[in-house]
Amino acid sequence: MGEPAAAAGAVLVQGGTVVDATGERRADVVVAGGRVQAVGLDLTAPPGAHVLDAGGCVVTPGLVDLHTHLREPGGEESETVETGCRAASVGGFTAVVAMPNTDPPLDSAAAVRAVLDLARAATAEVAVAGAITVGRRGERLAPMAEMAALGVRIFTDDGAGVQSAGVMRRALEYGGALGVTLAQHCEDASLAGGGSMHEGSWSSRLGVPGIPGLAEEVMVARDIALAGHTGTRVHFLHLSTARSVDLVRRAKADGVPVTAEAAPHHFALTDSDVSGYDPVFKVNPPLRSQHDVEAIVVGLADGTIDAIATDHAPHPPESKDLPFDQAPPGMLGLETALSLAITELGLPLRQVVGLLSWRPAAIAGLDVASGGEQGGPVVAGSPANLCVIDPVATWTVDPSALASRSRNTPYAGRTLTGRVRHTLFRGEPVVVDAVAQR
Amino acid sequence: MSPIPRHLLDVGDLGPDGVAEVLRVADSFVEVGHRANPKVPALRGRSVATLFFEDSTRTRVSFETAAKRLSADVLSFATGSSSLNKGESLRDTVETIEAMGIDAIVIRHPSSGAPAQVARWVQSCAVVNAGDGWHQHPTQALLDLYTVRQAFGGGDEGTERISGLRVVIVGDVRHSRVARSQVAAYAGLGASVTLVAPPTLLPPSLEGWPIAGVSHDLDRALRSADVVSLLRLQAERGSGQCVPSLREYTACFGLTARRAATMEPGTIILHPGPMVRGVEIASEVAELPSARITDQVTNGVAVRMAVLFLVLGQGTTEGSDHG
Repeated sequence: MGEPAAAAGAVLVQGGTVVDATGERRADVVVAGGRVQAVGLDLTAPPGAHVLDAGGCVVTPGLVDLHTHLREPGGEESETVETGCRAASVGGFTAVVAMPNTDPPLDSAAAVRAVLDLARAATAEVAVAGAITVGRRGERLAPMAEMAALGVRIFTDDGAGVQSAGVMRRALEYGGALGVTLAQHCEDASLAGGGSMHEGSWSSRLGVPGIPGLAEEVMVARDIALAGHTGTRVHFLHLSTARSVDLVRRAKADGVPVTAEAAPHHFALTDSDVSGYDPVFKVNPPLRSQHDVEAIVVGLADGTIDAIATDHAPHPPESKDLPFDQAPPGMLGLETALSLAITELGLPLRQVVGLLSWRPAAIAGLDVASGGEQGGPVVAGSPANLCVIDPVATWTVDPSALASRSRNTPYAGRTLTGRVRHTLFRGEPVVVDAVAQR
Repeated sequence: MSPIPRHLLDVGDLGPDGVAEVLRVADSFVEVGHRANPKVPALRGRSVATLFFEDSTRTRVSFETAAKRLSADVLSFATGSSSLNKGESLRDTVETIEAMGIDAIVIRHPSSGAPAQVARWVQSCAVVNAGDGWHQHPTQALLDLYTVRQAFGGGDEGTERISGLRVVIVGDVRHSRVARSQVAAYAGLGASVTLVAPPTLLPPSLEGWPIAGVSHDLDRALRSADVVSLLRLQAERGSGQCVPSLREYTACFGLTARRAATMEPGTIILHPGPMVRGVEIASEVAELPSARITDQVTNGVAVRMAVLFLVLGQGTTEGSDHG
């Protein structure tokens, strides 16, 4: 959360429309020294400035992903901090929250510090989510204060939910005093028990053990009760069912401190996509029914769901060549999230960008109001984390062309609308004309 | 146009015409089984690999017997004897087998969908599903149809006699690939299928299943059945947690001698095997003349000969000399 590491050269983003939480206006943007220097019409390029064409494009605060698996340490064959951040940049993200289910898990100050060190040279800001419990085993609280002292604002055992209500209550009580947010992967293990896809008509026909929506919903309901009791904010990771959306909607109306995210695959794909048993469609929570997809879209539209988060989960090809029930869950998300949101949601672009930028920035404590440098607004003096989006460009997803180290995208061959054209991270053009610069 | 698909992964892939064709071809192979030398040269020079990733005796032996009676070369791979235990992936194993010039892979796998994945990985091999997870066991359903046709129609009369029959499938439908194949096969030929099981042994959703109904009352269901098809309680797939005890299961859903005595004359009893006597079927019931369990095994060889012949016979000139 410090100042930009190096003062990058001047950049003029020319001919675009600035879109941020405060509104939208036709404006050029001059960036230098890692900060926005000027926003206005017909600005002149400073001497030696790199001019980026933004004609027909919108210029927004950089996107913020609340849910990225960078896989380092321990899973470097799938992704590293460097390659994951490059994929993030290509997807328009200038910050990612790195999940702690690495090997070893990020459940101590030393482990958190190691990832922060790896991220120093990366092309996006890496905020680390610490584990709630030691080893993510759901038993003993991890040293949250020690990790919070390093800047950790979110804690989660993602990959699994904290099964014990007693442990979760204690974590919320303890975390409340630290001013942090606890994020839950809602999945009751006794109901999910060994399932590989959404439990429903497709799983019944395909003979694949199912994960019922109920496995998520009972934990959402439980944690709403716990958040209400403790007053500590709970963030629900990757909500996937209609009933979960309803529960969160009612909790918010009751004033319970909860926020929620949804992943693009939970509005862009359904359980019918699993019919060919291709493990590239295996993810957890699983792809749900059309009814659930529709509820997720409504939840995003009406604000019940605060953010779109990718759950970017790289896996090497051999692990996705396994039988369906043996393959690990997870799919790539960083490089397709914005385009899927534009293509699938039918929402105004400013609302889509809000779901991907300033709203997740606030949840992660990375926004300017929290002392961070993400989520805008795009005004003189603000940190130059920017995304330039061509909202009408179409492109076809080619797994081999992705910046991620892995190839497990379920969207291969799908043509999407809207594409990130340029990304500026701390003033540096890290993506120019959709190509990563380093 | 051949009604036989390149791979047999799901009994539904065959359609009614394909099923009729399999049963028709099986008729001639039943006759072969009665010969002193039960062998025909139909698949001479062709090779069939059986690839079993799950314990099985009857299905593997049945397929291998079928292939040998057609004069095919048979290679047998099973977990425990192959490199599968050395960390080789299913994909590499299959690609290796195909590279040896094998014409057909008969695969059993504990994971639903594994044969469909294998079918995507092979170049020219035919893939025959010998049972995948909870999903499908197409040749079991075909041999059941054959046995039912034999009992109700006799000879080689086609499949019309199956239409309208009342079929009751009893037991662990949830974990059963046999049930999923049977439902599709019987319903595809116009039979009326009723599932009988406690709710915990039914699939979570029956949306789209072509069934007449579901019952939790075996006694009532038996009163109007032409075919009673029993399923094994699959303890290894977790059905143990779905019922309080075997004793209670048998009391509610076992085909006991008392229950068998209430069935209409002419009702036949089928069981895919292996049977757990005293649980889903009483020992003395398995020995009744109405129990066609041994016929199922005998017919299984002929039906699998027909499947291998039809799947491998496409596009070859040897297709007509099997009789």
